[in-house]
Amino acid sequence: MNSLFYQKNSSRNIGDKVFTSLSLICVVISILPLIFLVTYILIKGGAQITPELFTLEPNPPGDDLDAGGINPALIGTLIITTIASIIAIPVGVGGGIYLAEYSKGGPFSRFIRFGVNVLAGVPSIIAGVFIYALIVSTKILFGSMYSGLAGGMALSILMLPTVIKTTDEGLKLVPNELRYASLGVGASMYTTILKITLPSAFRSIATGVVLGIARAAGETAPLIFTALFSYYYITGFGDLFYEMGSLAVLIYNFALEPYDAQNKLAWAASFILVLSILSVNIFSRILAALTEKTKRV
Amino acid sequence: MIKNTKKAQKNNILSLEDVSISYGKFEAVKNIFCNFKKGDITSLIGPSGCGKSTVLRSLNRMNDLIPNCSLKGTVLFDGTNIYDKRVDPVEVRRRIGMVFQQPNPFPKSIYENIAFGARINGYVGDMDDLVELSLKKAALWSECKDKLNDSGYSLSGGQQQRLCIARTIAIEPEIILMDEPCSALDPISTLKIEETMHELKKNYTIIIVTHNMQQALRVSDMTAFFNAIEYEDGDGGKVGYLAEFNSTKKIFSSPKEKTTQEYISGKFG
Repeated sequence: MNSLFYQKNSSRNIGDKVFTSLSLICVVISILPLIFLVTYILIKGGAQITPELFTLEPNPPGDDLDAGGINPALIGTLIITTIASIIAIPVGVGGGIYLAEYSKGGPFSRFIRFGVNVLAGVPSIIAGVFIYALIVSTKILFGSMYSGLAGGMALSILMLPTVIKTTDEGLKLVPNELRYASLGVGASMYTTILKITLPSAFRSIATGVVLGIARAAGETAPLIFTALFSYYYITGFGDLFYEMGSLAVLIYNFALEPYDAQNKLAWAASFILVLSILSVNIFSRILAALTEKTKRV
Repeated sequence: MIKNTKKAQKNNILSLEDVSISYGKFEAVKNIFCNFKKGDITSLIGPSGCGKSTVLRSLNRMNDLIPNCSLKGTVLFDGTNIYDKRVDPVEVRRRIGMVFQQPNPFPKSIYENIAFGARINGYVGDMDDLVELSLKKAALWSECKDKLNDSGYSLSGGQQQRLCIARTIAIEPEIILMDEPCSALDPISTLKIEETMHELKKNYTIIIVTHNMQQALRVSDMTAFFNAIEYEDGDGGKVGYLAEFNSTKKIFSSPKEKTTQEYISGKFG
């Protein structure tokens, strides 16, 4: 008769322990890079943060006394991301509205949905090369070649699928009864969408848009082909048509420099970039949490 | 008064002429002929799946919103076939309002729930007056006059349904369609809605789908009994048809059809 007590040495219990510890080790290994990456950047980059960092231009490499600041790159990232949002949000939300509200699930809309998924999987460097071929090498934008505008366009291609998908999904979650209610009091499709369905889906759409922005802001590859890099302050509207710096490209350029000062600047820029993307992501989580609450009303 | 009623009886506000409705290839209802009279409450009764809700939704082109749904025949409203290609379904719905099975207020304040429809329909009068009047007609004013700015969702189910009725009245339709308006409600709320319907009868034509035969008996002047028969080719599918249409009194006291008799006495359904 076997005892009912726990047998430490039975092969079954040993096997169980081994398996539990194995899976625990795997989960630790998978989370370690994130923890190390964030702490390393926080320590390395956090030490470099000074007020001048935000106000000065970066000095050209070689002058290894002082690297300067990242002001043009910081402003550049803001501008390029804004341009991308201005293009991608209206187009993406509009496309999402078509898919969710107007299309009736026919072959055309299935093709579009498939296309959006493909676009979401396109490597970001391809988006850069595409805009390079379309805008930069043809000088189609008033004769300018590398420009912040072209950079924004490349990033908008990356944002677009996220925005379309979240709009589509967000609108699908709005109960049909609400649409019927609005159409039943004699509202047209367009009033119904604008006044009833879009406001109901607003927060989930906003969450998707914010995530799209966060993704675009950290991209490097598309910008190398389109916005290139600049050392100089952005002073006016006309600068949109010239090379524009961005945090991601600054990190790429300066991390490869042999000079210590430039490397430190790259660390500082990494710190700022990671921190801002992290906060944007947290902001989107808060938005999503708010959505949950309002749904239960 | 009697004279007026007689005159009204002659006025058909809405007529179905040989209407068949299909979802894709499947016919849901077939060859419906039916006249709805102005100022009457007409109830549509019948077992599940006989197409009474389908018929109701076809009366203000709500079926347009269901993919694959198509209609043959004519639905005459005010002398116009509302399925004519030139007809704008939005205009039809402005004149034929609808109250749904589940209360579906907008996620807005009580006031805005009512003002929304009126505003998009170009109402120019005093909005406060309209909101008050509509709520009074729907017998909801006394219960919510102090919280017009609260969300429509803060009301109870029965109150929400009356809010939906008030919202429909606010756009001054000629006909109000009601799709089982009380099926999600408790008996007391149901009674209140029925009282509301009796009030509304003075100004509006009402067509109501109900599963509750006592309700049909209590509220309606005319009753249409729908039934479903199996297809002739016998693959088990069913198609709905209008079995009997008469005054409620006659339907419930001396029905002509045997199936009507069986349905109202609870033998099937």
